[in-house]
Amino acid sequence: MKALYSLFLVFALAAIALVGAGALGMERTFGLYIPFLAAAVFVVGFCWRVVQWGKSAVPFCIPTTCGQQESLPWIKQSTIENPSTTTGVVLRMLLEVLLFRSLFRNNQPQLYSDGRVRYASSKWLWLGALAFHYSFLIIFLRHMRFFTEPVPALIRGIESVDSMLQIAAPTLYLTDLVFIAAVTYLFLRRVVVPNIRYISQVQDYFPLFLILGIGLSGIFMRYFAKVDIMAVKELTMGLVTFSWKAPQGIGAIFYVHLFLVSVLLIYFPLSKLMHMGGVFLSPTRNMNCASRKFRHINPWKFENVHYHTYEEYEDEFREKMVEKGIPVEKPL
Amino acid sequence: MSTLPRPEELYAKINHTPPKADWMDVPVDIKPGRYCYAANPDSLNYVGLPHARKWNPLDEDWKLPENWKEIIFNGIRERLDKYRSFKVFMDICVRCGACADKCHFFIGSGDPKNMPVLRAELIRSVYRGEFTTFGKLLGKFAGARPLTEEVLKEWWYYLFQCSECRRCSVFCPYGIDTAEITIMGRELINLLGLNIDWIATPVANCYRTGNHLGIQPHAFFDMIDFFCDDIEDITGIRPEPQFNKKGADILFVTPSGDVFADPGTYTCMGYLILFEYLKREYGLDVTWSTYASEGGNFGFFTSHETMKRLNSKIYMEAARLGVKWIIGGECGHMWRVLHQYMDTLNGPEFQSSNMTVPKNPITGTVFQHAASTKMIHITEFTADLIKHGKLNLDKSRNAGIHLTWHDSCNTSRGMGLFEEPRYIIRHVVDKFTDMPPGTIREETFCCGGGAGLNAGECEELRMMGGLPRASAVKYVHEKYGVNMLGCVCAIDRAVLPGTMKYWVPEVTVCGLHELVGNALVIPGEKEREVNLRGEDLPGKEDE
Ligand code: SF4
Ligand code: SF4
Repeated sequence: MKALYSLFLVFALAAIALVGAGALGMERTFGLYIPFLAAAVFVVGFCWRVVQWGKSAVPFCIPTTCGQQESLPWIKQSTIENPSTTTGVVLRMLLEVLLFRSLFRNNQPQLYSDGRVRYASSKWLWLGALAFHYSFLIIFLRHMRFFTEPVPALIRGIESVDSMLQIAAPTLYLTDLVFIAAVTYLFLRRVVVPNIRYISQVQDYFPLFLILGIGLSGIFMRYFAKVDIMAVKELTMGLVTFSWKAPQGIGAIFYVHLFLVSVLLIYFPLSKLMHMGGVFLSPTRNMNCASRKFRHINPWKFENVHYHTYEEYEDEFREKMVEKGIPVEKPL
Repeated sequence: MSTLPRPEELYAKINHTPPKADWMDVPVDIKPGRYCYAANPDSLNYVGLPHARKWNPLDEDWKLPENWKEIIFNGIRERLDKYRSFKVFMDICVRCGACADKCHFFIGSGDPKNMPVLRAELIRSVYRGEFTTFGKLLGKFAGARPLTEEVLKEWWYYLFQCSECRRCSVFCPYGIDTAEITIMGRELINLLGLNIDWIATPVANCYRTGNHLGIQPHAFFDMIDFFCDDIEDITGIRPEPQFNKKGADILFVTPSGDVFADPGTYTCMGYLILFEYLKREYGLDVTWSTYASEGGNFGFFTSHETMKRLNSKIYMEAARLGVKWIIGGECGHMWRVLHQYMDTLNGPEFQSSNMTVPKNPITGTVFQHAASTKMIHITEFTADLIKHGKLNLDKSRNAGIHLTWHDSCNTSRGMGLFEEPRYIIRHVVDKFTDMPPGTIREETFCCGGGAGLNAGECEELRMMGGLPRASAVKYVHEKYGVNMLGCVCAIDRAVLPGTMKYWVPEVTVCGLHELVGNALVIPGEKEREVNLRGEDLPGKEDE
């Protein structure tokens, strides 16, 4: 049900763009104003969210330690999983952000009829997530050729590697395939695996459909509608150089693509997609684990705390202490 | 109290398939055997916690204060500013489900709200509804819901089905720690006086008498004296521990559970033997304290402030006695507090400037890794002694034991203590087999009774939560003949004997220093006939 809502929502959004830019001829709105607004919302919203997180304090040093601590010199420390240096923390974060270290640990408990719980390795989610994020990244970078003139060598390099398999004209990008496969996998596990379906919400399906919609509209444009690339580039260059002229003959499908991207940009800072920024601020990962070696300072104070002092304690129990020969401050 | 089903029945009933209805539409059903009794108002009053009253979780009316919603909302607002962890964790979960089947309570109960992600969503849904734009606009469509009494009851029920073990956070790609969310949630419900008695009464006891069990100084003295009698019977040597001694070099603090109940008591005898040995051989000057007579900290399960109040005694007592540094005994959550909180909470205020970086006077080792907190774990201390050949150990006295090792949640995921105990193990027992990967070290399973869930009335929950641990023990028992489960945590020593009795009755539970105490040969001791439990030593069975 939640998946259907989300699907309808994405269809509705695509329809808006089709009607708006196509039938109503509001090319300027869909080609210029909305993308600009979206980009602005994204940048401002993203920063605002990160600053909001940054503003809240980190009172305690609470990393999750996932390996041997630094203790005695002859015990081999796990310098990345339980880092006690800044280098270690940085490496830990890099592994997390670039290779999804924690997801790689994933396993799955199974209850056997002999009364034992066994754990099967389960790396699909890791693989799917990695494939999704990296193909997204590469596709994003590839798109930079629409916003640069001349196109930097790096981006051209990515493109040529990506189109190694020259099986169609225009050349087929490998990442497009991986991307669609990965998004489909991420979606399917949400509807097929009962527990994942149980925890999934509209806001989990919606971005998936939205991103799938963006991907499919892009692919359709490139391989089937064969949209005039030069006209598109004219438009996108116009966007970055602030010199708008509505190019002719781009076709409504392009506006659908652009509009869905705009929606994604606006939706991003309002949603769980902010995990992209949040992962860097997660105190269980980005802190030095040597909390007995270095004192972490809490920036705020507990107000009006009451303690039970030794004096109060001795006053209550002095007689009993003396009786057992336990030393006291004030004799009886 | 409910009756516990037989293990096979309980196991057969576990069903990991969630119900059809949306989780928000499944009302909370507080089941006997899975919840703990409400806090005794006297205990809350003793430490000045708000809204103390008599109430019963099974009653319709929880006698909440009139403005309870306002209290909760203000509490959330305050904590969002004070704890980045809370704010970030409320915002960035993508519900990927990586954590979902990592919780021992979910594995053992099948209750979907014990999936860490859903446990967090219970609170997150309210956060969304009240504190985010989307949630306010779109309500349920955005995964938001209003805070109602029903919801509050659901919070309470599931916040006390989380043992704050952090296993979920190991697997989360963003490190989202549901334990941290539980900690915040428990702080919030404590603002309404909704603690459980198994936490609140130990807290009050600890505040007053220095330890959770409420042992007064003379009784504390007698209990330890009693262990000394036993040790004298067994070894012919009588330890002479010191109490509250000013000018001692080292303060020793251990969980009071070790003084109170088997099998912790045998571990306590192990400490006594170790310190006596070191005093006789090397003149080590250690004191116990009756005021700081608790290493554990149930305040941690109540609120950060309560944790601070109870923990302060350790540095205060160290300063009063003028010791140079502190050794802490075998405990789990105690070490989470000592390793990650104590220095921040109470260091600036109460740590005496006369304390020094811990240095073992016998080996010369400087424990640089504890340079600021100035407190080390007893296994760090003992491992160092063994490494330098300072202990005379006779493994054969543990020859009847085939050991496996339970890494405790808190020393594993809130510290990283893995090799120190294993090093000691290799020097005190011959037969040692680790449980399979995925169930030890950072992926270790909780005993099922952490974070204050060892109350008699929630035994069924504990047996469910104990299943993953027990199952791994059962495996090494059946395959390799393991008959002893070692651990470095007082709660484990209290919980696991029951769990073993239920799931793997052939295996018993011990602390590490019990084994050290058995193996350590004190100069001049008589030939031992029995171990610290009074059981015949191997080869000394009655002829
Ligand atoms: S693993 Fe982390 S992101 Fe995934 S569902 Fe659990 S808490 Fe959320
Ligand atoms: S902290 Fe432990 S008990 Fe709590 S939800 Fe996570 S895995 Fe379960």
